[in-house]
Amino acid sequence: MTAPLVEMKDMCISFGGVRAVDHVSVDLHPGEVVGLLGHNGAGKSTLIKILSGAYKADSGEIRIDGKPVTINSPRDARTHNIETIYQTLALADNLDAASNLFLGRELTTPFGFVDDDAMEAETRKIMGKLNPNFKKFSAPVKALSGGQRQSVAIARAVYFNARILIMDEPTAALGVHETQMVAELIQELKKQGLGIFLISHDIHDVFQLCDRIAVMKNGQLVGTALTHEVSDDDVLGMIILGKCPPHATPGPGALVDDTALG
Amino acid sequence: MSDSALSGSPAPTARTMFAALQLDTRLLGMIGAFVVLCLAFNVVTDGAFLTPRNIFNLTIQTVSVAIMATGMVFIIVTRHIDLSVGSLLATCSAIMAMTQTVVTPEWLGLGLNHPLTLPITILVGVVAGVLIGAFHGWLVGYLAIPAFIVTLGGLLVWRNVAWFITNGQTIGPLDANFTKIGGIGGTMGETWSWVFGIVAVLAALSLQYVARRRRAAHGFPVKPFWAELTISGLVSASILGFVATLNAYEIPERRLERMFEARGETLPDGMTMGYGIPFSVLLLIAVAVIMTLVAQRTRLGRYVFAAGGNPDAAELSGINTRFLTVKVFAIMGGLCALAGAVASARLGFSTNDIGTLDELRVIAAAVIGGTALSGGIGTIYGAILGALIMQSLQSGMAMVGVDAPLQNIVVGVVLVIAVLIDIIYRKRTGE
Repeated sequence: MTAPLVEMKDMCISFGGVRAVDHVSVDLHPGEVVGLLGHNGAGKSTLIKILSGAYKADSGEIRIDGKPVTINSPRDARTHNIETIYQTLALADNLDAASNLFLGRELTTPFGFVDDDAMEAETRKIMGKLNPNFKKFSAPVKALSGGQRQSVAIARAVYFNARILIMDEPTAALGVHETQMVAELIQELKKQGLGIFLISHDIHDVFQLCDRIAVMKNGQLVGTALTHEVSDDDVLGMIILGKCPPHATPGPGALVDDTALG
Repeated sequence: MSDSALSGSPAPTARTMFAALQLDTRLLGMIGAFVVLCLAFNVVTDGAFLTPRNIFNLTIQTVSVAIMATGMVFIIVTRHIDLSVGSLLATCSAIMAMTQTVVTPEWLGLGLNHPLTLPITILVGVVAGVLIGAFHGWLVGYLAIPAFIVTLGGLLVWRNVAWFITNGQTIGPLDANFTKIGGIGGTMGETWSWVFGIVAVLAALSLQYVARRRRAAHGFPVKPFWAELTISGLVSASILGFVATLNAYEIPERRLERMFEARGETLPDGMTMGYGIPFSVLLLIAVAVIMTLVAQRTRLGRYVFAAGGNPDAAELSGINTRFLTVKVFAIMGGLCALAGAVASARLGFSTNDIGTLDELRVIAAAVIGGTALSGGIGTIYGAILGALIMQSLQSGMAMVGVDAPLQNIVVGVVLVIAVLIDIIYRKRTGE
């Protein structure tokens, strides 16, 4: 079997004595969607922020295509084609769609000035594919609906040829129709061979979209499992009790002592 | 080309025609308020307010604060504040005064009124301003001390550093070339003012043309042709009207006589000359153009607004927001030095109390000009217009003979009301 697209081994990070991520190892293959599950504060977002460069791990190793890499900043992550769609969207409300899409990577004219027209043209192109109803190109993104804002955030991740996509609660702020749109997009990106980490609270979403799940509890990995081999109840058991079902691969955070379950 | 397709709505009403101009309604509101203010003062002063002489004076009185206000826009847009600009102006002014009265004539042996004195002085002043500003920015950005505290400290520190540099003395007279950038002592004259005005009109028109052609080339919607023409007309008329007004302020006869005598000529009978555009106003225009360019057409400007709109988003997009803070404060420092040069040149000497309370005028100008203290929103032209409104209000009231305490009360009330109107406007338009 070829090396996974991403391997995170033994990742640890602490904030003021609290082990937010405690010896967690996960991996991701091309064309695969891995769902990260767990309670609020289980450490999912923190783990993923290490990969996207927002936090620096205390220890652990990240490998991309089998080669060890160091990621110290969001810029480093981008050079490895890792793109992130954050829960809070990470859009500058006062700027328009094109400025947000290219934020930090502006197209410039030969004189070094930002080329707003070229950026707007590219934005129109990609939005035409992602969300043909999108028309507000000159309005600040504050004036957009949740779904439109989400499509700007997704366009930003997709436009720059992401190979590894991190989606933190991508459907949390969306209506039914828009959620469906995101689901279709994920299928499409999967076909193109991207690896996707999906953080979600919605079990239904997870079963519909993910190939594999990884469950975290109190900063530790409870276990990983193929989605089609486990049931809703198995997954809930992993999230709530930290109990690993038979088909899953247990992690360090799995409940070992069966008697403790009573 | 695509005009007919876009302006093809049936029977244009006044409203749709106005919308087609795509004017900044907020800017129009401000200009409207300014015009009403000027007309009101003109009526009360029996026509003395809108004379070329008073307009000339208003513009040169506005320059110093307006230059700093353009920098304050960046500071406030990035959610910071700078309370030290008046004191920083004093320190830069003191450094420049010492440079031109001690360093260049004595230490460098250039003597008095040497042509190199002006560029050396300005360079030294701007470098000092940029360094001090960058230091403020480092304290704010890297050590995470709130800008309010850093610059409140700076307000006390730099006012008194200025005192130490000059030993508390008033330094003057300043270099003859240096004082020309202060205002009435240095103007372009009528001919060059017209040349400047025409060049400015041509530049504005070609910018408008290029922008339209590029949008059309990308297939974006463009304004109907008549709307472009209307805007061209308005812009050209304002520029040329401004030049004509400044040219209409005639140099007094006795002063003109002295000027001719200085050149060994006699004043021909019945000859009159206008002042034209002061060099200080030219400097303000240059600062405004460059700062607008930085704000709208450079990555730095884009990052300033992104960091102000959502600091986390900026950080996650790989923008170095700490270094950005240093840059923004450094720009502010450099502009304080330029403002200090204009202010001391206008006086002809550098005093210890130069720029006192300017921090409040500068912040007020930026805020009246539509810069939001919550960050992310503000324009350079708005801040300059804000400075002009403040100055007009103040000198208008002085002309009418309003008591000094009442003047400040009015200015304070206007500041608060201006912000209130802005908040209501933003709520209505959903901006």
